[in-house]
Order: sequence, then C-alpha cells, then structure tokens
Amino acid sequence: MDLSLDAATIEFQAEVRSWLATHVRPLSSMDTPDGFEEHRAWERQLASARLSVVSWPAEFGGREASLLQWLVFEEEYHAAGAPGRVSQNGIFLLAPTLFAFGTDEQRARILPAMARADEVWAQAWSEPEAGSDLASLRSTAVRCDGGWLLRGQKTWSSRAAFADRAFGLFRTGPGERHRGLTYLLFDLRAEGVSVRPIAQLDGEPGFAEIFLDDVFVPDHDVVGAVGDGWRVAMSTAGNERGLTLRSPGRFLAAAGRLVELYRKNPDPALRDRVVDAWIGAQAYRLHTFGALSSPPSGPAASVTKVFWSELDVALHETALDLLGEAAPGWRDGWLFSLAGPIYAGTNEIQRNVIAERILGLPR
Amino acid sequence: MNFTLSEEQTDLAGVLHGFFAAGRRDLASVVDEVTDPVDLVVVFEEVGHHAVAGPLIETLAVVPALVGGLGGGAGLGSGAEHGSGAGLGGGAGAGAGAGSKAGTWSVAFPPVVPHAVEADHYLLVEGDTLREASPATELSSVDPTRRLFELTAGPVIATEVPTHAFDLGVLMCAAQLLGLGRAMLEMTTAHVLARTQFGKPIGGFQAVKHHLANVLIGLELARPLVHGAAVTTTTRDVSAAKVATSDAAWNAARIALQLHGAIGYTAEHELSRFLLQTRALRTAWGSPSLHRARVLEAL
Repeated sequence: MDLSLDAATIEFQAEVRSWLATHVRPLSSMDTPDGFEEHRAWERQLASARLSVVSWPAEFGGREASLLQWLVFEEEYHAAGAPGRVSQNGIFLLAPTLFAFGTDEQRARILPAMARADEVWAQAWSEPEAGSDLASLRSTAVRCDGGWLLRGQKTWSSRAAFADRAFGLFRTGPGERHRGLTYLLFDLRAEGVSVRPIAQLDGEPGFAEIFLDDVFVPDHDVVGAVGDGWRVAMSTAGNERGLTLRSPGRFLAAAGRLVELYRKNPDPALRDRVVDAWIGAQAYRLHTFGALSSPPSGPAASVTKVFWSELDVALHETALDLLGEAAPGWRDGWLFSLAGPIYAGTNEIQRNVIAERILGLPR
Repeated sequence: MNFTLSEEQTDLAGVLHGFFAAGRRDLASVVDEVTDPVDLVVVFEEVGHHAVAGPLIETLAVVPALVGGLGGGAGLGSGAEHGSGAGLGGGAGAGAGAGSKAGTWSVAFPPVVPHAVEADHYLLVEGDTLREASPATELSSVDPTRRLFELTAGPVIATEVPTHAFDLGVLMCAAQLLGLGRAMLEMTTAHVLARTQFGKPIGGFQAVKHHLANVLIGLELARPLVHGAAVTTTTRDVSAAKVATSDAAWNAARIALQLHGAIGYTAEHELSRFLLQTRALRTAWGSPSLHRARVLEAL
C-alpha cells in the first residue's frame, strides 16, 4: 500500500493550487439570475485554463487527468473555497452517460459546449407523482416526423429556471415501469416548454417545475436506444451518488474549517462532533483512494452516498451549534447539506439497495 | 498511490480465516515474522473476525515492537538478551522475539492501559521506562474471557522505550474491532434471512434492512482508516482508526443483539462472545474519548 502522489500529480496539484490562488473570488448565489451568470462566467474562466473538465479527453476540453488527479483537483478546488459548479449536472451526470451511451456526433456537439458552460444542463427526473419511485413516471415522448414530442411535467429540477437544456426520462412504450422509457435531451427554451421557478428553503429559486406541451426533440437527441432509458439513466444515478458528484474535497475542506472554528470557539461539549466530522471526511477520502481502481457504482455508490450526505449534515450542524444563528460563512453550506439525504435517491432508498444488493436481503 | 491490499495480503486473510474457522489458534504455525503494519492489520482483522481471545495484540505486535526497538543492548529479563528478532511468532521461544522466554506476553501502559490481560509474562511501561512485571490483583472485565491483572513493577529493562509500540497496539485493537464488527454483521445477516416471523424472513422488513445497511456503512468507511493508519503509522491516524472502529463495531454489536432478539442475549449463542469482546476492546488501548483528544491535538 502506498498513499504517496506521483511526480506528475504533484506538478498538476501545484498548477491547480496556484491558478486557484490567483483567480478564486466570491460570487453571488448561483440560484439567482445574476449569480447564475456569474457562475457561468467562472466556468468559462476555468475552461480557458483547461480546468473545467480535467478528466475528459483533450478534444472535448479536458486534459485526460487520471481519477487520482481529478480527486487532487477537487481537494484543491474546495480547499481554495472556489465557487460551486453551475455546470455540475451536465459535467457529472450527463457527460458520463454520453461517454458510455452517446454517439460520436452527440459527444462532439454537446461536450465542448458543456465544458465552456455555453450550455448549462439541468436534470429532469422527478415528476409530481414520481420521486423515489422514479419508474412510475408518466411524462411521454410520442413519435413524430423526425423526432419526438414531449408531454408532461417534471419537477425539482435544480436551476432549470436559468439553465439552457435538460436531460430526462420519458415514457415511449411499450411496457410499464422500467420498460418503455427513453433518455431524451431537450431545450429549455423550446416552444411548448414552460418553466416555473420554485423558491427553496432560503427563498431563492433554486428549483423549478418544467411543463412540456408537445415539445419537439429531434432524433439525434435520444441518448442510447429507444426503450433502454432506464439502464442509461441508472448509469447516471450511480455517478450522482458516487464520488463524481461529491468528491471528498468538499468534506475535507469543510472539516478543516470546522476544526479551525472549534479552536476559536472551543466548546468542550461539541469536541467529539468536531473530531468525528474530521475523521469522517478522512474516512471518505481514504475510501475513495481505495476505490480508484474500481470507482463505486451501483450498490457501492449507495454506501458512500448515505455516508457523505450524513457527514455533510453533521459537519454543518456542528458548525452552526458552535456559531449560533448568524453562522457567517456556513449558512449556504448548511442549507445545501440538508438536501443531501434527499437528492440522488433518498437515503432510505439507498439503504434498501445496500440491504438487498450487498447483503442479499429479500426485496 | 495504491491503496488496495496486495494479492498476498488478501491471501493471508483467507488463510487465517480458514485456520481460525477450523478451530486452530496456534498462529505461529501459519504466520511468522510479520512486522509490516499493513500485514499486521490484515492478521488482526481476522483475529477479530473470529473473536480469538488472548493477549495476541501484546504478544504478536506490541512486545516485539517494544523489544525490537530497544536494539541490541537491552535484555528481556533472565536469559533474554535482546529482541532484535522482533516479529510475529507467538510460538516456540519467540514470545517477544526475545529468545528464551516462550509463551504469551502482556503489557500495561498506565494510566491509558492500566491493566494487563492474562499472559505467561508481563511487562510494564511507565513513561519511558520499560520494566518486568508480575501480576497482582485480578480484576474482572465486561468480557469474562479477559482476565485482567494489576501489575507489580519489577526490574527496569530499558529507560528509552520506542513510542510507536503503544500506537501499534491501538492500531491492532482497531483492526480487531473491525473484524468483530464484520463477523457480527455476517452473523446477523444470516440470522435475519433464516428467522421467520409474520410468515416471512425478518430480513425483508425495511426497519431491519436499514439497521444492517447502517452497520455495513459504518464498517466499510472505518476500514480505510485502519489501512491508512497502517501506512502512515501517525498517532493522528491511528487514533482516528480506533475511534471509528470502536463506534462502528459497537453499533454492529447493538444492532446484532437487537435483531437476534432474546437468543442473542444468551450465553449459549456465539454472539455473546463477539459482543462482550467488542465492548471490552472499545475502551482497551485507550477510550474513544482519549483517542478523539489525540486526533484533535494532532490536527
């Protein structure tokens, strides 16, 4: 066993650290119209340094960084207090799906624009009656000349009020539940699309509902085979739960800040929680290093999803208990942490997956 | 960066599993001269996995490190001239890598490790001083298989003991707790699949599933801390591993007891051995609170 970094990774780390040190600046909330555009500009700045999608092939704007280098990038990114990634749904959820199931034409058309944030993507999974039971979704795509017509309603779509395009599952038939679903891409400004922002806990319109009324999608925006959408989408879900969306860097940085906070406000009654948050972040970091040869997907991603989401809540709750209600510098992170046990498949669903698919308990 | 066990280490775990499962305990016949901390945590996870009792941490890891670290000048009591052969080999003549004193060894580090587990020979570390010792008052442990003794200090062996010996004991204890937790998860998973109530296996009920999923998550995220501490051997990482494994294993024990129901509360069921040893080891080699303090101090 060896936890040391190779020379190329150390060099890359130094480059990232130095670039971030000179470029990071505070931005407004990305869940507001102005803040969203500030974050889009930040993504373009990252892209111009070839730092927006470091693990991607060079032809799409990346630099073919190894998974280890990507983790190092993330650690540096969060340690520097760099802005949230407004492109994250595209980069971390759609792009892996396109690498696995997309066509060459789709990759060439979609990925470079995504890497520069010329197109920011929103997810369109949930529906009013299809949350944890996603396979019960009812929005449809009906065959038409040259493509498909979408009809139905999607909800809890993060930043869809400001984003450009969206990806989601639609019922194309035949069959019920997991069968007869197709993975489709659509333009959020296309004719027939209405987007209604939904204010989140903090009052900012971070969510949106999407109403689709015969929205045309050309054939080239079907990802994977028609009717194979469940399998295609589940590859994305694994990414969302696993390390790609929530790298250890976020928790390591927050745990480090929490330890500093405790040193300034040493409440002995909170000592154990502070230390446990640091240990938890370290555990997730090392677990991720162990998974470098086989990144967690499927049931293994469920294990980490429950762990990091609960760690995130515990960590931020401890900070608020140390600081009191004003909690400068922690409020947004705390609000975001509260969503973790819900999104990307609730932790209850993840525990079912762990029990059934790892431990072999009956469904 | 390569943070996975080698094929040899995975094989070692498999061999030990078969060995202990066959009821054998003479470890020295299958492993010898293990000094690499990563190899040692692999060994001790399996020791825990089978709830093997006895002063193994002391005999196989701590005393060899204590004595081996002294170099050639120090002796281990009568006839034990030096410990340069430190290593895992609890059998013939190699108790502490010390040549002539065969058998098991135990060591206390008061105040953190105030008592010694029953063994053939005893050592006492007070500050930087290593002494021979002899058992005095016996105390009872929450785990009745662990006979504990207060020690009476004997002649000084050395005055500059290697500091890493204690941390090695903490780390092996963490590895053992991990193995204990894993065993209780396996035992309980088998039980909830076999035990039927309301006409179906209780493992089909979501409340039961979620308990066991939490146990698995705790153990899976504690293991990298154990392996990481074996690589770095820093006090910070060793203590972090002990904190995480103490909590994960004790949670595994509580859930195992709850899901077994009354049968798990009996002395005849093997869960009792695992649960009681887990409870004893949770505070052995320093309490979770002490190790949290050590982590914080190191940060």
